[in-house]
Amino acid sequence: MAGSPARKTALRLALAVPVMFAFAVFVMPPLYDAFCEVTGLGGKTAGRYVNEAPAVDSERMVKVQFLTTNNGTMPWEFRAPAEAVRLHPGESTRVTFYARNVTQHDMVAQAIPSVAPANAARYLHKTQCFCFNRQPLQAGEAAEMPVVFFVDPELPAAVTTITLSYTLFDVTDRQGAGVAAVN
Amino acid sequence: MVSRAKRLVRGGICALALAPLMHALAAAPAAENSGGWGLLNMPEGVTSVSREIHDIHMVVFWICVWIGVLVFGVMFYSMFAHRKSRGHKPATFHESTTVELVWTIIPALILIVMAFPATRTLKELYDTSEADLDIKVTGYQWKWRYDYLGTDVGYMSELATTQASVYGQAPKTQFYLEEVTEPVVIPVGKKVRFLITGADVIHSWWVPELGVKRDAIPGFVNETWALAKEPGIYRGRCAELCGKDHAFMPIVVNAVPEEEFNTWLAAKQADAAALRELTEKTFTLEELMAKGDEVYGRSCASCHGASGEGIPGAFPALKGSAIAQGPVADHLDIVVNGKPGTAMQAFGAQLSEVDLAAVITYERNAWGNKTEDNIVQPADVFQFKQER
Amino acid sequence: MAHGPAKGIRRWLFATNHKDIGTMYLWFSFTMFLLGGFFAMVVRAELFEPGMQIVRPEFFNQMTTMHGLIMVFGAIMPVFVGLANWMIPMMIGAPDMALPRMNNLSFWILPFGFTLLASTLFMEGGAPNFGWTFYAPLSTTYAPPTVNFFIFGIHIIGASSIMGSINIIATILNLRAPGMTLMKMPLFAWTWLITAFLLIAVMPVLAGAVTMMLMDINFGTSFFDAAGGGDPVLFQHIFWFFGHPEVYIIIIPAFGVISAIIPTFSRKPLFGYSSMVYATAAIAFLSFIVWAHHMFTVGMPIAGELYFMYATLLIAVPTGVKVFNWVSTMFRGAITFETPMLFAIAFVVLFTLGGFTGVMLAIAPADIQYHDSYFVVAHFHYVMVAGALFSSTAAVYYWLPKWCGRMYNETMGKVHFWVSFIGFNITFFPQHFLGLAGMPRRYADYSLQFADWNMVSSIGAFIYGASQLLFLYNVIATIVAGRKVSDPKIWEGAEGLEWTLPTPAPYHTFSTPPAVK
Repeated sequence: MAGSPARKTALRLALAVPVMFAFAVFVMPPLYDAFCEVTGLGGKTAGRYVNEAPAVDSERMVKVQFLTTNNGTMPWEFRAPAEAVRLHPGESTRVTFYARNVTQHDMVAQAIPSVAPANAARYLHKTQCFCFNRQPLQAGEAAEMPVVFFVDPELPAAVTTITLSYTLFDVTDRQGAGVAAVN
Repeated sequence: MVSRAKRLVRGGICALALAPLMHALAAAPAAENSGGWGLLNMPEGVTSVSREIHDIHMVVFWICVWIGVLVFGVMFYSMFAHRKSRGHKPATFHESTTVELVWTIIPALILIVMAFPATRTLKELYDTSEADLDIKVTGYQWKWRYDYLGTDVGYMSELATTQASVYGQAPKTQFYLEEVTEPVVIPVGKKVRFLITGADVIHSWWVPELGVKRDAIPGFVNETWALAKEPGIYRGRCAELCGKDHAFMPIVVNAVPEEEFNTWLAAKQADAAALRELTEKTFTLEELMAKGDEVYGRSCASCHGASGEGIPGAFPALKGSAIAQGPVADHLDIVVNGKPGTAMQAFGAQLSEVDLAAVITYERNAWGNKTEDNIVQPADVFQFKQER
Repeated sequence: MAHGPAKGIRRWLFATNHKDIGTMYLWFSFTMFLLGGFFAMVVRAELFEPGMQIVRPEFFNQMTTMHGLIMVFGAIMPVFVGLANWMIPMMIGAPDMALPRMNNLSFWILPFGFTLLASTLFMEGGAPNFGWTFYAPLSTTYAPPTVNFFIFGIHIIGASSIMGSINIIATILNLRAPGMTLMKMPLFAWTWLITAFLLIAVMPVLAGAVTMMLMDINFGTSFFDAAGGGDPVLFQHIFWFFGHPEVYIIIIPAFGVISAIIPTFSRKPLFGYSSMVYATAAIAFLSFIVWAHHMFTVGMPIAGELYFMYATLLIAVPTGVKVFNWVSTMFRGAITFETPMLFAIAFVVLFTLGGFTGVMLAIAPADIQYHDSYFVVAHFHYVMVAGALFSSTAAVYYWLPKWCGRMYNETMGKVHFWVSFIGFNITFFPQHFLGLAGMPRRYADYSLQFADWNMVSSIGAFIYGASQLLFLYNVIATIVAGRKVSDPKIWEGAEGLEWTLPTPAPYHTFSTPPAVK
């Protein structure tokens, strides 16, 4: 009853299934990441900045504000050195965060950066950041965690304050080398 | 032959289908926050954004109502006039390019008209620049934390309604499920920027009267703003499903005149200092138990049960538990540092030393629990945190 | 060729006949409808008054989640597949579905999928409790251990839908009677053709999403986990890339049903047939580019919000065309009000109300207030219940006499309609008020100012729920002892090949292709 044309149609349609599945699993996540990087969607910052630093725009001042958050079950002490710094676009600054493993166990942490407003995310360039790597700390150990960054002079004029937020996650039980590639 | 009754029934189709619509029409301008039957519409709110949103809402609503009246009007007319029982003979037309073009183009134009004010309001809503005050809002399972940036004022804001009230063992008061241990206080007439993030799952910080709703996403920071034009207490709720107690983490915003706000902020900073002093004090078992009962009800009871019975399969019982009756250090460790990979949070950062000492003491003595070291003092907690 | 059905259980277990499989789909979906409805009754009973009386909050979340999953994937999607199985071969002059054995498989894996899903209710940790939209990380890091059963259940259900869709497309493209050009097909076949393409496009995306969840939970990947560099918002994008077409998958076949019923009882051809086809295709296309309007509060850049707002508003245009066409079909007809027509008219009215609230929700700044409130709950129940369920109920009343050669009890049908209609509106209309006044969805308990309308809504839900038992009784009574009918054309104004077949429809349809003018 089912002639071969019907089977052919069915086979052709069936081919679409793995294609769409692969699209969801292998194409959408990287596509989304690329999209985020271009638009700053979700306040995601780009990875390590490697190009030449641009000239300093000494006419303008930008406030960069720091937030630290411990994810739910992360007991470490984690804080920024100051509420905010003020700097000229193009001017490179080094800021040192502080973390202490207050537990009796050795632990590993991963800090995840995020920027608000979202349209400022791609103008905040980090040349060095503790968020590029995991941070292991022994029981009771403390660490100074530096980030070196500058604000791109191309930053839209309407933006006067940039909020740089770090959330500290407990990744002690996770395998793998960290998330340098996506930060 | 059509009986009168049948006619009535058929007419009823029209009436009933339109009834809800008409009801909404009649009720649209109401909406005093007095409760009950009168609560029919979106509140106008107290910020320019919330008022603009309300206006757009009303404009779009009325456009929809009129389109509805027109379309359903034609339909009900046909249902009445073109019934077979009235002997109406069917026409045979079945297309008209002109008519179809008209009803493609006109709705498109109406939509464009709607899009203009919507775009304008959205732009305003996104303009977080030049804020006078920054408050960080963090969503936890199941409470909010507010940190006033640039000061050391920061605190948890939890549901103040008791479990007994929820489960009908105590009466429900006026602000049932809308009261918190400590509201977030903002100055009237000042632009307040909210930096919103989540500490575990996604929450959403919604205060209708401020025209603010923004998701609190773990690992990400979102921002929005509000400028309250009138003092008052504005109550909101978590709007994104975040687990068991999603319905039990309300938001209370207290908008006060600027001077009052400054006084409050100064007092809060003094409180922080006073709390450090309190940490040095030694409490009696009775004092700790009374305080501990209160803290337990607020922070622990929703998972571990009002009588420490837990929820089988999900949350362990504390009544008769090994930890609550074992060494103090283990008990301190799990309460202060939490348990990774479970819903047990690290309360060390959320509760004060006094509260921690009280609740741990409470758990070691309540519900028939017995142990050697049954009293934990704030100083013990402080020292534990230092030593780790 | 012309043999009858096999005897006993073998007829159903090894069924390859499109009518048998269609019947099984219909009964299965009705069973799921009652189960999902029972969960809804638990939800509404708990919400009858403030305070927790009947269940605990964690179980409440399991009820809302299971209600959503079962209704979407177990009741509404299969009921339309059942209708497609029964009607499409009869409508296009085909002997059967193109791939009968796959048809059997696609049905029989469904009960397994749902057994897997429902069995989690009895496991430690309970059933899925993260809502039918299962946002990460609530559904990954913070999920109950039964989440893996949920994931496999979704895989099975998805596979079933995909096979069903492939079968429908293969049937429509290859087995039409000579002369039955695409543009002569009844709209039900057209809407299903479009729906089936949507399903094939997005069900694998859903499968991808749950597979990524599975990997995150069990194999240490971080697609959706911020701690590993993933992004919980990515989950929402992928989910709604599936989810928005999914809601059209649910409603588009309903358009087809309504486009069959309204002309019949108006005794007038469908107005604007070709524009109906184009409008459906346009809606299907738009469904792929508007997904993030479900995410206006996640903090997208303003450009994204504006784009998704504009694109979403566009959907109102083709949807409006459909409504105008139905009304024009009725205009100057000779209308009678049998039960299927009553449901169809209620569909047009209530679906349009759902469409209006859809336009309101599309306005991004206003959505800041509507989002995740009961306003949304009211909106999607107007399109899901009054849209999809009313139309499938209409379809059953409309075609049941054709299927079994017996007429349903018209009075009971009308009572069923009125009780359903009134119960539905009492349930869901007040939910608009609740949402606007600030009550979020998925709340196990609420503050006192919401008490009045919640009680009304619960009463309405019990009325609506009870009326479905009347429907069940009416259908069974019809099959067992309904008045016999034998006229091929049950309804005076009905047009189409299915009405040229004898009544009841013979076990094998069109062994020789009919001639189509």
